[in-house]
Amino acid sequence: MQEQYDYIIIGGGVVGCMVARWLSRYEGKILLIDKAADIGMGVSSANTAIVHAGYDPLPGTLKAYMNVKANSMWDQLAGELNFPFERRGDYVVAIGDDELPIVDKLMQQGKQNGVPGMVMLSGAEVRRREKNINPEVSGALWASTGGICDPFQVTIAAAENAVMNGVTILLDTAFEDFIMEGKRIIGIKTNRGDFLSRWVVNSAGLYSDEVMHKAGIRPEFKITPRKGEYFIFDRAEITIDNVLFPVPSAKGKGILVTTTLHENTIIGPNANEIEDKEDTSTTKEGLDEVAAGALKLVPTLNLRYSIANFAGIRPTGNAPCKTPGINYKSDFIIEIPEEVEGFVNLGGIESPGLTSAPAIAAEVVDMLRDAGEKLIEKKEWDPIRPARPRFRNMSHKDRQLLVNMDPRYGQVICRCENITEGEIIAEIHSPVPARTYDAIKRRTWLGTGRCQGGFDMPRVVNILSRELGISPLEVTKRGKGSEFLFRETKEVEE
Amino acid sequence: MALKNIYDVVVVGSGPGGVAAAIEAKKNGADDVLIIERDYELGGILVQCIHNGFGLELLKEDLPGPAYAQRFIEEMLSLGVEYLLNTMVLDITPNRHLFVSSREHGYVEIEARAIVLAMGCRERTRPQIRIPGMRPNGVFTAGTAQRWVNVEGYMPAKDVVILGSGDIGMIMARRLTFEGAKVERVLEIQSYLSGLSRNLVQCLQDYNIPLQLNHTVKRIMGKNRVEAVEAVQVDDKWNFIPGTEEIIPCDTLLLSVGLIPENELSRKAGVKLDPITGGPYVDETFQTNVPGIFAAGNVVHVYDLVDWVSEAGFEAGKRAAQYAISLRNAESRYIPLKAGKNVRYVVPHKLDKSTLAQEDIRLQMRVTRPIEQPVWIEVHDGENLITRKPEKYVRPGEMVTVILKTKNYTDVSKANSLTIDINPR
Repeated sequence: MQEQYDYIIIGGGVVGCMVARWLSRYEGKILLIDKAADIGMGVSSANTAIVHAGYDPLPGTLKAYMNVKANSMWDQLAGELNFPFERRGDYVVAIGDDELPIVDKLMQQGKQNGVPGMVMLSGAEVRRREKNINPEVSGALWASTGGICDPFQVTIAAAENAVMNGVTILLDTAFEDFIMEGKRIIGIKTNRGDFLSRWVVNSAGLYSDEVMHKAGIRPEFKITPRKGEYFIFDRAEITIDNVLFPVPSAKGKGILVTTTLHENTIIGPNANEIEDKEDTSTTKEGLDEVAAGALKLVPTLNLRYSIANFAGIRPTGNAPCKTPGINYKSDFIIEIPEEVEGFVNLGGIESPGLTSAPAIAAEVVDMLRDAGEKLIEKKEWDPIRPARPRFRNMSHKDRQLLVNMDPRYGQVICRCENITEGEIIAEIHSPVPARTYDAIKRRTWLGTGRCQGGFDMPRVVNILSRELGISPLEVTKRGKGSEFLFRETKEVEE
Repeated sequence: MALKNIYDVVVVGSGPGGVAAAIEAKKNGADDVLIIERDYELGGILVQCIHNGFGLELLKEDLPGPAYAQRFIEEMLSLGVEYLLNTMVLDITPNRHLFVSSREHGYVEIEARAIVLAMGCRERTRPQIRIPGMRPNGVFTAGTAQRWVNVEGYMPAKDVVILGSGDIGMIMARRLTFEGAKVERVLEIQSYLSGLSRNLVQCLQDYNIPLQLNHTVKRIMGKNRVEAVEAVQVDDKWNFIPGTEEIIPCDTLLLSVGLIPENELSRKAGVKLDPITGGPYVDETFQTNVPGIFAAGNVVHVYDLVDWVSEAGFEAGKRAAQYAISLRNAESRYIPLKAGKNVRYVVPHKLDKSTLAQEDIRLQMRVTRPIEQPVWIEVHDGENLITRKPEKYVRPGEMVTVILKTKNYTDVSKANSLTIDINPR
């Protein structure tokens, strides 16, 4: 007999995981599926990690509404889910006098969107606050509510809290089709069998168009993948304390210079339309474009100190904004469509999608309630996802206490980022278990430093093998087909 | 092994430079010498260098890496050098306190009179040479692959392209061929070999592995595992020459594109680095700008031969011992003054014995409770009474003074501490 659920969520990106966490508050059986070997492997895995203030989206759009609504939710969310989040504020920097009017316009837009805490700064003030800025800076918009987060940890924390509250997550599970009964969705077919459900949520990110088409919804809707490339820098060599945006252009918010919560300076993204939704390759031209863009803001950046390049794909949709009189062609889709029953449709969730995710999740709950769902709150629902120890962020004294309690935290496995065996083992046995090298990397920041995993890789393969009870030959970087090792070396004959 | 709070010399890293430094430190009179290794055995990277060619200069022998290492490790251990395995040094302060972490000993702070930095070097990685393309598994530095094959016993590659003609890359080309992998070719962006000529002959030519100079990798292909690389010829400014692209199917790209001295710890200790070598600025004794912190081997600059690394280690170890000993002598000139029977405190708290050879030293103190009868103020070192002074009475409200005279120097010079008691006469 097929399993019967109340809610099935397709796609374990930040949006799907937030929806799962929000729905886990209410009675009902919930399943979240993802085709990858870990959650958060798609759009959520490669972006700029910024919680936007909300001055950028066009007033009247869903993007603007969700962005501003969600921004104020992040402090509580970070407190409950125990992920790192800092409101450092962000700057939109005008270089030369020509760009000043664009910054003024953003300020107006921000006011219309209801963004609090924005200030116009003089060029001199920007130079005073960020010593590395291009000296030709003529002014900047400073938005104090802008923040930075670690998107992996946000996604994982939401998923863990969902699991703690009874949600089932199935990985390596790919959606294939809906099971319909007339115009009612009653379940889904996957590569791992069929699952029945009263409701199905489409949070399939890059593939949200294909999923809704299977339900017969919005045949004209199309996701255009847009690639953004990035550089990450060695924190020992370069430190930028602020989030610096250039003035936006037709291609989006532009190539910015920012910092991660791990104190690595990061530059990017460019924005180029591509054909293949899986094409996360970097290109020489693309990287050159990113470098040029970043050097405009911070001319002293030395690319020699780059320690990683990566590319992320953003799912740009073509859904027109529903507000009358607003001519905007790629708004979010957040709806329960009338054409079918039992379907919550989320599509085109690109930037500011990470920022908006908690508001979108809350909106899904509201829409379900409006659609007649009873949504009875569970007495035992626990909003708190406890944090696990992070050795590298601790004082000498706290490290001492931790290692005394569990000596496995004394064994440093990642030499550059100082990630310990205790932390790795804790992730492997966490509510959403890390089963691949990249899953550990995303959860701990291991292997992201200047040696790029050269030191820790053989050691982590051994730990995964031991903890999961599998052969080192079966340990993968990011799921089947990405194994590290082919075979043992030749046996020596005596 | 119980850890001490303070060592004469602490050596960070047990590769050839570190072991050599520990040996010479001990031979030059350092009492407690501790060597700290993050791996589970001593020897550093030599452990995975199972090919020969080590020791030709220094030992006039042709040894494999582990055998070369073992020679020196045995000498070091026979001299009584203490060692820690599976232990990472996480922080060094400019006044030579080390924070080290391990399962066995926990997270501890150790003080050293002198430190020898011998962390060696690390390999340059893909992002540092900016190879565009996908990010599949199967792009490894040559050294990581070497560890898998030679230490762990696993093959991370079947069909290989090697970028860079560094020594480790060429040696791994031969090693992987021995183990049944196919090495398609070695690409080198420069117009000349970057490693030793003997490795070109012994590792590539002898096995018909082609070397292409003026070539690099333009792009990496494959989603989960490397499926191919796109090679391209470059001009003398390293620009790609259009039309020379060639797609080479393979499952692994090994990188042998240079080594960088590993100095993140040095930086924490306030050691200044030379931007050209990537290592500390050192004087002829291998001392860095931070007094008492020495550096030896590949952590200073990348050597061609291990023999020269050992020689640098010998020198740094010897100088570290000399530094530690002079510091220890200076420390032992000082002895503490202790408040004994009915004495609340004594000022000064400690004294430099050598001062007493030149001049008298006044000791002042207060008593704990009044004694309304004649007393002796007695200064002794536990066994010998060094001097005493009579008083009619003592009261907490009235400060008591005793003078240590230069004639007491002979007695004081033998003492480890001085105690002052007040006894009834």
